[in-house]
Amino acid sequence: MSTITALAGTYTSDPVHSSFGFSVVYQGVSVFRGTLDDVAATFADGKLDGTAQVESISIRTPEQFRAHVMSPDFFDVENHKTVTFSSSDVQLGEDGTATVNGDLTIRGVTKPVTATGTWQPASVDAFGNTRAHLHLETTIDRTEFGLNWNAPLPNGGNALANDVTLAVDIALLQQG
Amino acid sequence: MRILGISGSLRRGSHNRRLLRAAAALLPPGSELVEWDGLRELPAFDQDLEEAPPPSVRDFFDAIEDADALLISTPEYNSSLPGALKNALDWASRPFPDNVLRYKPAAVIGASTGLFGAVWSQAEVRKTLKASGAHVLESELPVGMADSAFADGEDALADPMLAERLSDLLGDLVREVTAPVELR
Repeated sequence: MSTITALAGTYTSDPVHSSFGFSVVYQGVSVFRGTLDDVAATFADGKLDGTAQVESISIRTPEQFRAHVMSPDFFDVENHKTVTFSSSDVQLGEDGTATVNGDLTIRGVTKPVTATGTWQPASVDAFGNTRAHLHLETTIDRTEFGLNWNAPLPNGGNALANDVTLAVDIALLQQG
Repeated sequence: MRILGISGSLRRGSHNRRLLRAAAALLPPGSELVEWDGLRELPAFDQDLEEAPPPSVRDFFDAIEDADALLISTPEYNSSLPGALKNALDWASRPFPDNVLRYKPAAVIGASTGLFGAVWSQAEVRKTLKASGAHVLESELPVGMADSAFADGEDALADPMLAERLSDLLGDLVREVTAPVELR
């Protein structure tokens, strides 16, 4: 099944029902999860493009924690407002699996990534919209994008893992 | 058994005071936690006053002497322990080595609003206590994201795993009093 016929036409993300999540292990044992809430994506003619606003990160309090995440130790939001993704190849399998290759840009650094997950074909929702869904996950090394902060724990090891798991859910609404 | 609870934070609604109260509820039978609330009364450490410490300092020494063990709950300020807590421990360390902290069983726990639960501050407090001659447990209890770490309206940890770790640490502290592994 080709991508075009699987989800033909142009879709844009439903911002309320889409999310861009991340999770990272800290202190060697615990998992911290967060989201970038302001996400806009389009899926048009088999190509997926998305932008998430760093300022919309779910870390709002405490103030110092947010400030640290926004600082050059992490996102450097003053110079890099967005996280973007642009696909080079989208495979939507008949078994409901999805594989997406593309370029992920965080903090101005662009790296190729492969994300895998699932998709739901378009169907008419309760409000008459034609709605589809894409769920994708991948793991990146945050230091490759310049999010380098770390600190040694008093009893050994580092405070924060380098590997960050990204999980994206995009609710897609057909346009026109 | 009497355990003196010391919160390194002075503010009303301190997460670390809540953590001490959570600990009080998890103590084994026969042990009680007494909160010390004289931190803000202590003047800055001055070696000239060591021979005749001010009353607030003498009260602090008495509270430590009356306790079988110490449980310190510390926040983390700028990657380290709060100045007021360090000041208190500096007072208690004098005159060295025959100070009130010598051989005193002690454990350190801590809460912070960030991810890491005052883990560096706890290490600093342990270091200071050890240097003062206290008998300090190596275990730590970092309570991160303290704004949401406690059960609603209660002085109890919301995460059962964390509560179990606190309970284990308190058990170790009580054992340190009743059956010290070694006398340094």
